[in-house]
Amino acid sequence: MVMQGDRGRCCRGTGAIQGPHGDAGGLGQVLGLLRWQWQEVQVPCLVAAWILVASLAKIVFHLSRKVTSIVPESCLLILLGLGLGGIVLAVAKKAEYQLEPNMFFLFLLPPIVLDSGYFMPSRLFFDNIGAILTYAVVGTLWNSFATGVALWGLHRAGLMDPGVKAGLMDFLLFGSLISAVDPVAVLAVFEEVHVNETLFIIVFGESLLNDAVTVVLYKVFNSFVELGPAHIHATDYVKGVVSFFLVSLGGTAVGLLFAFLLALITRFTKRVRIIEPLFVFLLAYVAYLAAEMVSLSSILAVTFCGICCKKYVEANISQKSRTTVKYTMKTLASSSETIIFMFLGISAVDTSKWAWDTTLVLGTLLFILLFRAVGVVLQTCVLNRFRLIPLDRIDQVVMSYGGLRGAVAFALVILLDGAKVKAKDYFVATTIVVVFFTVIVQGLTIKPLVTWLKVKRSDHHKPTLNEELHEHAFDHILAAVEDIVGHHGYHYWRDKWEQFDKKYLSQLLMRKSAYRLRDEIWDVYYKLNIRDAISFVDQGGHVLSAAKLALPSMPSRTSMSESSVTNLLRESGSGACLDLQVIDTVRSRRDKEDAVMHHVLRGSLYKPRRRYKASYSRHFISPDKQERQDKEIFRQNMKRRLETFKSTKHNVCSSKSKARLKEKGRKKATHRVPHPPTIPPYLAAAPVLVMVSSDEEESNSSETEREDDEGIVFIARATDEVLQGKKTPGSLDVCPSPCIIPPSPTLAEKELPWKGDQADLAVYVSSETTKIVPVDMQKAWNQSISSLESIASPPGIETGPQHKRFTCPVLEEQPQSASQVTPEQRSCFQFPSHVSKSSRSQSDSSPDGTEQQELQPLMAAEEPNRIVPSTEPRWLIQFNRASHL
Amino acid sequence: MDMLICVFCFVFFPPPVSHSQITRLYSRFTSLDKGENGTLSREDFQRIPELAINPLGDRIINAFFPEGEDQVNFRGFMRTLAHFRPIEDNEKSKDQNGPEPLNSRSNKLHFAFRLYDLDKDDKISRDELLQVLRMMVGVNISDEQLGSIADRTIQEADQDGDSAISFAEFVKVLEKVDVEQKMSIRFLH
Repeated sequence: MVMQGDRGRCCRGTGAIQGPHGDAGGLGQVLGLLRWQWQEVQVPCLVAAWILVASLAKIVFHLSRKVTSIVPESCLLILLGLGLGGIVLAVAKKAEYQLEPNMFFLFLLPPIVLDSGYFMPSRLFFDNIGAILTYAVVGTLWNSFATGVALWGLHRAGLMDPGVKAGLMDFLLFGSLISAVDPVAVLAVFEEVHVNETLFIIVFGESLLNDAVTVVLYKVFNSFVELGPAHIHATDYVKGVVSFFLVSLGGTAVGLLFAFLLALITRFTKRVRIIEPLFVFLLAYVAYLAAEMVSLSSILAVTFCGICCKKYVEANISQKSRTTVKYTMKTLASSSETIIFMFLGISAVDTSKWAWDTTLVLGTLLFILLFRAVGVVLQTCVLNRFRLIPLDRIDQVVMSYGGLRGAVAFALVILLDGAKVKAKDYFVATTIVVVFFTVIVQGLTIKPLVTWLKVKRSDHHKPTLNEELHEHAFDHILAAVEDIVGHHGYHYWRDKWEQFDKKYLSQLLMRKSAYRLRDEIWDVYYKLNIRDAISFVDQGGHVLSAAKLALPSMPSRTSMSESSVTNLLRESGSGACLDLQVIDTVRSRRDKEDAVMHHVLRGSLYKPRRRYKASYSRHFISPDKQERQDKEIFRQNMKRRLETFKSTKHNVCSSKSKARLKEKGRKKATHRVPHPPTIPPYLAAAPVLVMVSSDEEESNSSETEREDDEGIVFIARATDEVLQGKKTPGSLDVCPSPCIIPPSPTLAEKELPWKGDQADLAVYVSSETTKIVPVDMQKAWNQSISSLESIASPPGIETGPQHKRFTCPVLEEQPQSASQVTPEQRSCFQFPSHVSKSSRSQSDSSPDGTEQQELQPLMAAEEPNRIVPSTEPRWLIQFNRASHL
Repeated sequence: MDMLICVFCFVFFPPPVSHSQITRLYSRFTSLDKGENGTLSREDFQRIPELAINPLGDRIINAFFPEGEDQVNFRGFMRTLAHFRPIEDNEKSKDQNGPEPLNSRSNKLHFAFRLYDLDKDDKISRDELLQVLRMMVGVNISDEQLGSIADRTIQEADQDGDSAISFAEFVKVLEKVDVEQKMSIRFLH
């Protein structure tokens, strides 16, 4: 980020300091202790100084919340740049410190693009990929040509200053660089406006993807201008079209290639965790440089590198590396953006490059606004025929108005060759005006406009508790109905892709430990969750301990342990309610209560799945709770289903079941098919308790880093007593036969789309928190489904697989197993004789004996010796994985 | 068979649902119908993976089943889904006298109301509200807090002092909410 002026100033600077320097030199010769070495450090020193100035300025801006709520930060930075540039101009009598195009493209732009690619809400992005691509390609083409031709028309009509010596090609060139929506400017303004995420992703995605079009048009027209209109042949036009595909697809391919490399490399960094973040930044940057080197679209390369590698990289690298990557990326992008805007302001002061022509400036402003609006309306007309959620008029207005131009246009216009493009000075002046106009005027007014048009915001205030509560319910209802309707048109292709991904890519690019974790149901919402993983971990400690503490009361929510736990939690919970705003608005006691309750509700109501995705923000790393929420909801739902199921099949658990569940269950029972004899009798009498162990998560967040994989245990018990809370160990031997119920594939597994092959059934869990949740859910889901299935499905279909399953469960589970000696090498089934004993000794976290038995995490990976195989009528299924493979 | 059902729907389905949408929904219906007997059971719904992470998932599944029944046919399926059709502009003006369409504001609200009202007494009691709250709220809120939230909610809506929310009160308290939009899915045009 060396600015053009730096060197000049340095030369002069050293000249000015020459006197003392000479003295110091002389002194240095004598003493050899102190020497003035400004010359050697000047470049990094100036860079650091500028960054420091910009960052301090940011602090000052944010001292006043009022100012930043009205004026976007980018505007303030540009104004600051203007001021600083003015000072420099006044002091040095010459404009210094330009935004140098090379530095901009090589150092300032990549962090921003990488950040936006890596943290792109990928599901939202691919949901709207059609619209984004249309606006990016067709829209940009239309804008370029229309603006260029219209300006040329103005010129031909003689409205422009005769000093503007430009032909059609020059205007087309200018049109191509001025018409591209700028990702930096769009991000800077839109992340403060908080429009709804669809609108945001369309404008933002367009600004990223239109780079290919801009680059190609710019290069093609530039070479046309240099060739001169007389020398252009028809083949050149064809070449231009071909080069568009080459540049865009090539850029994407480079990005994908490097994403692949990056994922592959991070697969093997287990022993050198510390350089994991380095790889992410390095390879992404190399991707950018490589694309730039072969003049492909570098922005596309980095964007797709970020989008595609994230899934695998996040799965491979450690949790700390994830956090590091996240914060470093945000910091880099934020400082880049700050510097870009500040230098835009500074650069504008340099009047030597200006050549003003009112018609050109006003004409350009008018045309870019007009043609963008026209283009958006026309394209939306076509797109709305295909879109599930049409873009309405208000959306279109915001999209038209949100087409901000920025530093990319400025850098491109500076790059023009003044000798070839005669009107370069006019173009520079016009570009600066356009950039300033869009960033400052449109940036300032877009917020009031959005408010005035009542654009759907991503956040809104609820006046009453009822509305808040019921609207949440509505959202959940809608989400559920959408899922039932199967409303997702592109799901088919997503499924196809995910199957491919699961079969080949993930196996290749992910660590075994990571890969094992993610199959079947996890795939369905993997993309939703991955972005939230880091923040989930960041705040995991408190939340997870809560989740874990709540576990003992799974069979009965209202038990004593629950209330004590919640009492404990409530203190911290109510503490969180008292934030500044709430206190400020409190008028009376009643109001205060209201406010507190609102706060509690807002903080802890589950967000609807689809709508929850907040839009991208560079500066704020929002602590998302999606993953924890999914897990909790899933657990509760499964519990309810199982309770229903239990009370359906046998009313043993009546003391614990809720009345409504029994009611539901009885209703169900009356309609059930009677049990076929192929179902093992104990199954009918056995409540299946699905234990979801969250131990790893908690310990993971408290301990530093435990990379070893641990077993997760699902205990399926044949004893009702455990659930009923009897503590007599003797009564444990109720189950008639020492049978095994592996949660092995039933009919459902073969028929359901998200169910995978049976070899996947072995559960492998690593201690990396983000990956545990899905397995919990998935296995719990599998188990509950298979237990429901095996009972509900008709006998004829079920006989074959059931029989097979019960005769050779181990083989089916572990086709590759050679021996069954070491329990930690595979999932295995054991019949421990002293389960009650061992469980007591193993689990010391929960106070209650019964709950110990239910909970017992059975960390057999760590304590394999405790499990003694026997033929005791209690059975216990363990899925374990070796700590070290 | 498909065509028959489509025609059937055209005739009996009051709101104008387009042919392609019915076929699409019908194919979804058949893909959900693992038993291939023309009806959906609760288990069929429960297999939808996303519903497992929807806090109200099971309540919504139950809403598809008529009182005391365990199966729902395609017509019942569509009838429930029809609640979520958006209200179109031309529907607002015409046919004021006819039977109220399923996607009217009041029917949309009633659908939501029934999710709370388990015992079908047209009142949301404190218990019923608490159950829903417990489903929708994370585990880190205590029962007492939930209780006070439920109390406050009821107190806020309750007009006749019976410590329960009747449907009329439910409508009243949500009168400012854009239910037409919040309870509609554009797919079901």
